[in-house]
Amino acid sequence: MKVSLYPGCSAHGTAKEYSQSIEAVSHALGIETHEIDDWSCCGATSAHSTNYKLSVALPARNLMIAQKRGLDVMIPCAACFNRFKMAQHQIEKDKALKAEMESIIGGTYTDGISIRNPIDIIANDIGLDTLEKKVVRKLEGLKPVSYYGCLLLRPPEVCRFDDYENPVLLDKILAACGADVKKWSFKTDCCGGSLSISRTDIVGKMVNKLASMAKEAGANCIVTACPLCMANLDMRADAGLKMPVFYFTELLALAMGLPGPDKWFKLHITDPMPLVQSLKLM
Amino acid sequence: MKTFLDEVNERIDGVPIQRCYHCRKCTAGCPMAFVMEYNPNKVIKMIQMGKKDEVLGSSTIWLCASCETCITRCPNEVDIARMMDVLRQMALESGKGSREKSVLAFHEAFLSSIKSGGRLNEPMMMVNYKLKSGDLFSDMALGLDMFTKGKLSVFAPKTKDVASVRKIFEKTR
Repeated sequence: MKVSLYPGCSAHGTAKEYSQSIEAVSHALGIETHEIDDWSCCGATSAHSTNYKLSVALPARNLMIAQKRGLDVMIPCAACFNRFKMAQHQIEKDKALKAEMESIIGGTYTDGISIRNPIDIIANDIGLDTLEKKVVRKLEGLKPVSYYGCLLLRPPEVCRFDDYENPVLLDKILAACGADVKKWSFKTDCCGGSLSISRTDIVGKMVNKLASMAKEAGANCIVTACPLCMANLDMRADAGLKMPVFYFTELLALAMGLPGPDKWFKLHITDPMPLVQSLKLM
Repeated sequence: MKTFLDEVNERIDGVPIQRCYHCRKCTAGCPMAFVMEYNPNKVIKMIQMGKKDEVLGSSTIWLCASCETCITRCPNEVDIARMMDVLRQMALESGKGSREKSVLAFHEAFLSSIKSGGRLNEPMMMVNYKLKSGDLFSDMALGLDMFTKGKLSVFAPKTKDVASVRKIFEKTR
C-alpha cells in the first residue's frame, strides 16, 4: 500500500530511532511512504494552548499539501496525529472556519483525507498474519506493557481506531512478534506530556507511577508509539524505577531481523541493551 | 452585558458548560488533579459564579495537560479540555498572562522556534526556553548525555517555504 508520511519535528531530533524504525518496518511490510513535500510543524500543545486558529491552521497547511497526492496520511507521532485529526474535525464541521483557513493558508481544502497511525495500518491493513510470517526472531522473554498515552485515542469520536479505555491492537502486534504481553490498567494514562520541561517535578511523579505499575504487572519493558511518552518515561523516572522503553517499531524491526536496532538502542537514555542481551535477542 | 459564562460558552462553541451536574468524573480521572488548586468541575462552577479573575489567574488552567480524559468520560459531553484551552487564551488576551510562568515560557519558546524555521528545532528551543524562564541549570547533565548520544540535532532541516508558515502566524495573531 502507498501512504503519505508526515514525520513530525522530533523525527530529525529526539525521536530519530522512531522515524528510522518506521521507515525500515514500512519498507519490510510493503508500505510505500511518500514524505509530505516541505512539511511544517503541527503546533503541538503549545499552539492549541495559546491560539485556537493557529492550532488549526498549522496542521491544515500540511493537509492541504498532502491532499494533492490523495493518499492516506500516516503519522507515527501521537501528538502530531492528534493535532491533525483535531484540525480536520474542526474544519470539516465548520464551513466558516474552513473558508477562513483557506484564505489564511492560500489554496483549497478538500474534505475526507484519511489520517492514520501506523498501529492502525499495521494491525488492520497489513494484518497480523502477514506480520507474523515476517518474524524471524521471536521476542521470547520480552514482557512488555503497551502504553498508548493520551493522544492516539482521545477524544474517541475523533481518533477512533482502537478501544479508547482498553486498546488492544498494540498488544496483538507485540504478541504476533512472540512477546509475552502483560495486562495492565494504565495503557491510556497520561505521562505529563509537554510539562516535561516546564514542570519536571510533576512529570517525574507521573512517570514514576507508570513505571512502578508496569513493574507490578510483571513487565520488563514499556512499549510506546509516542515520542513525548518515550522521552518522559525514558528520562524522567527515578533511577530505581526506570525500565527500558521501546518504540513498537524498534521491536518489530528486531523481530523481523532488520538492520538498525543496535544503532537505535544506543540513542535511549535508559540503556535497553542489558535486557536485550540477557534475552539473547541480539 | 455578556457574563463570563456567556463568553466561555461562545468560545467553546459546543455543549454549554452548565450542562455539568458535578458527577466529578472529570476530576476523578484527571491526572493533574493532584496538583491543581481548583479541580476541573470546580472551574465550571466558578465560571458560572462569574469568578473571572480567580479562574484566569489560576495555575489550574496551565497545569491541564490536555490529555482529554475529561471530555472522553463526561456523561454530558461538556468539552472541558477545550474549555481549558479557551481559558488559557482568555488569560493571555486579558493581559493576565500565566500563573505558571515556566509553562507559558515553554509554549512561547516552542512557537517562536516554529515561526523561525517552520519546524521545531529542539536544542534552539531549549536555549530560548532557558533564557525566557530563567531556569538555566536544570537538565544540564541530561542535555549533555543526549548530546553525546547524538539525540540532539542542531542542524535539523527547516521548512523551505518558511514564509508560508510565518504568514499563518501573522494572520492568526
